[in-house]
Amino acid sequence: MSDTFMGYLRKDDKIGIRNHIAIIPSVFCSAKVAERIAYQVPGSVYFRHPVGCSQVGEDLEVTAKTLIAIGNNPNFAGVVVVGLGCERFSPYELANGIAPSKKMLETVVIQEEGDSLAAIQKGSRIAREMQQMASRQVRVEFPVSELMIGLNCGGSDMTSGLIANPALGHASDKLVNQGGSSILSEITELIGTEKILARRAVNEEVASEIMDTVRRTEDKLFKQTQQSSNKARTHLISTGNYDGGLSSVVEKSLGSMKKSGKAQFSGVIQYGHQPKSKGLFLLDSPGHDGEVSTGLVAAGAQIILFPTGRGTPTGFPGVPVIKITGNPKTYERMKENIDINAGEVLLGNRTLEQMGEEIYQEILEVASGKQMKAEILGHDEQFCITRLP
Amino acid sequence: MVDVAAYTQKSALIIDPADNVAVALQDLKKGEQCHVSSNGREEWILLLEDIPFGHKLAIEPIGQNESVLKYGEEIGKTNTPVKKGEWIHVHNMFCERGGGK
Repeated sequence: MSDTFMGYLRKDDKIGIRNHIAIIPSVFCSAKVAERIAYQVPGSVYFRHPVGCSQVGEDLEVTAKTLIAIGNNPNFAGVVVVGLGCERFSPYELANGIAPSKKMLETVVIQEEGDSLAAIQKGSRIAREMQQMASRQVRVEFPVSELMIGLNCGGSDMTSGLIANPALGHASDKLVNQGGSSILSEITELIGTEKILARRAVNEEVASEIMDTVRRTEDKLFKQTQQSSNKARTHLISTGNYDGGLSSVVEKSLGSMKKSGKAQFSGVIQYGHQPKSKGLFLLDSPGHDGEVSTGLVAAGAQIILFPTGRGTPTGFPGVPVIKITGNPKTYERMKENIDINAGEVLLGNRTLEQMGEEIYQEILEVASGKQMKAEILGHDEQFCITRLP
Repeated sequence: MVDVAAYTQKSALIIDPADNVAVALQDLKKGEQCHVSSNGREEWILLLEDIPFGHKLAIEPIGQNESVLKYGEEIGKTNTPVKKGEWIHVHNMFCERGGGK
C-alpha cells in the first residue's frame, strides 16, 4: 500500500494540489491588467513576464510552450488568458494550447474590450465566477505516484551539498520508488558531474543525452565568458557562494546533484516539455532560480523543493515552494522564510536519513493543503521564462 | 555519509576518504588544533590560517597544479603549493570548467 495525499482531480486526469485560478498574460503589455484582475479576486494568481512579442524562432517557441504548459499545470482549476490584441504570441493560441486540459478557460483581449479598465472589469467578473466554481471542488485521496516534485536550489553554501541536498535526495528517492516523479535541473550547476549522472541513466541513449546536455551548456558558457570584454562578469558562481565556502562550479555541482538521490534517470526533458512517463528526469535549464522553477512547473511539477544555505524568500505563483536549509544560523535568521531546518543534522540532532524522511512527510502534508511560508507571504518571484539567444 | 559524532568539537569533516581537504564545521582560528576524522582515521591538525565555517583546509600538503579533492572528486587544481592546515579557496585553487573561475 503506497502513501497517499489529498488532491484535486482534473478533467484530464491530472491531480492538482492547489485550486487556484491562473491569470496569464500572453504578452508583457497585458501584465498590469492581469495583475489587477488577480487583485480583484484574492486566491487567484497572475504570471507577470516581459515576453510574448518581438521574439522569433526558438526563443518565441519556448515562451509559447512554457506559457501554455503553466496554464495546463493541474494546480490551476481555471485560467483567464489576458491578451493585448496585436502581440506576436496570440492570446487565442495560448488559450487553444490550454483547452485540451478541459479546465475552466476564458480569454480577455484589451483591444477588443476597448481599454484596460474594460478588460480588468470583464476579466475580474470571469475570475470571480471561476473561483466560486472551483470552491465547490473537494480534495480526494490519491497515491503519491500522482505527485511530481521539482528540485531547485538557490543561495547555496557548503551546507547545501553536505546536508540539505542529500537529505532531499532521500525524500526524492522515496517518492520515485513509489512510482512518483522528480525532476533535477540547473545544468550550469551540474558541470563536472555529468559522468556520475550518466552512469545513473536507464540506458545508453539517456546517458549520452545527459552528457550532451551538460556539454552544450558548458560550450555556451565558455563562449559567453571568453567573449566578454568585462572580466568582472565572467564568474559562474555568486559572491555568496564563494563566501559560503564554495570555491568552484564543480564543487557546487557535486553538492547540487545530491538533490536527486540515487534513483536512475528515465530521461532528459527540454524546456517547456513534459515527461512522457514517471520517474526521475533531468530538465535542460540554466541554473537561474526562477527559470528553473518555471521549467519545473511547466513540466507538470505540483511542488518545488528548494534547499538554500544562504537563505532566500522567493516563491512561485500557485505552486508551493518548500524551503530547506542545512545551515542552522540561516534558519535562525530567516525563520519566517525557511520551512525546514535541516541544520539539525549539522548539530547532531538528526541523521540525514531522518531528515530525508521529515522532508518526505512534509511533501505529503503540503500536497494535501498545508501552506508553506513563501506561499502565505505571497512570494511569487520565481516565475521567469528562460530566453534563448 | 555525514559523521555527526564529530560536530561538537573544533572539527572539520572529511567527506570522502579520498579527499585532501576537510570542511570546517565551525569558524576555526589560526593556531588552533582542529580534529578531523574519516573512516577510522583520526587526526589533529594545526591550523596555519583562519578557516571560516563551511570553508576548506588542506589535510595534507598539496603541490602546485595538483587536484583538490572533495566528495572524492576533483573540484579544481592548486595554483600554488598548499601546506597542511592552510585555507583552500579561490586564492590558491582554480577550476576551468564552465569557463568561469
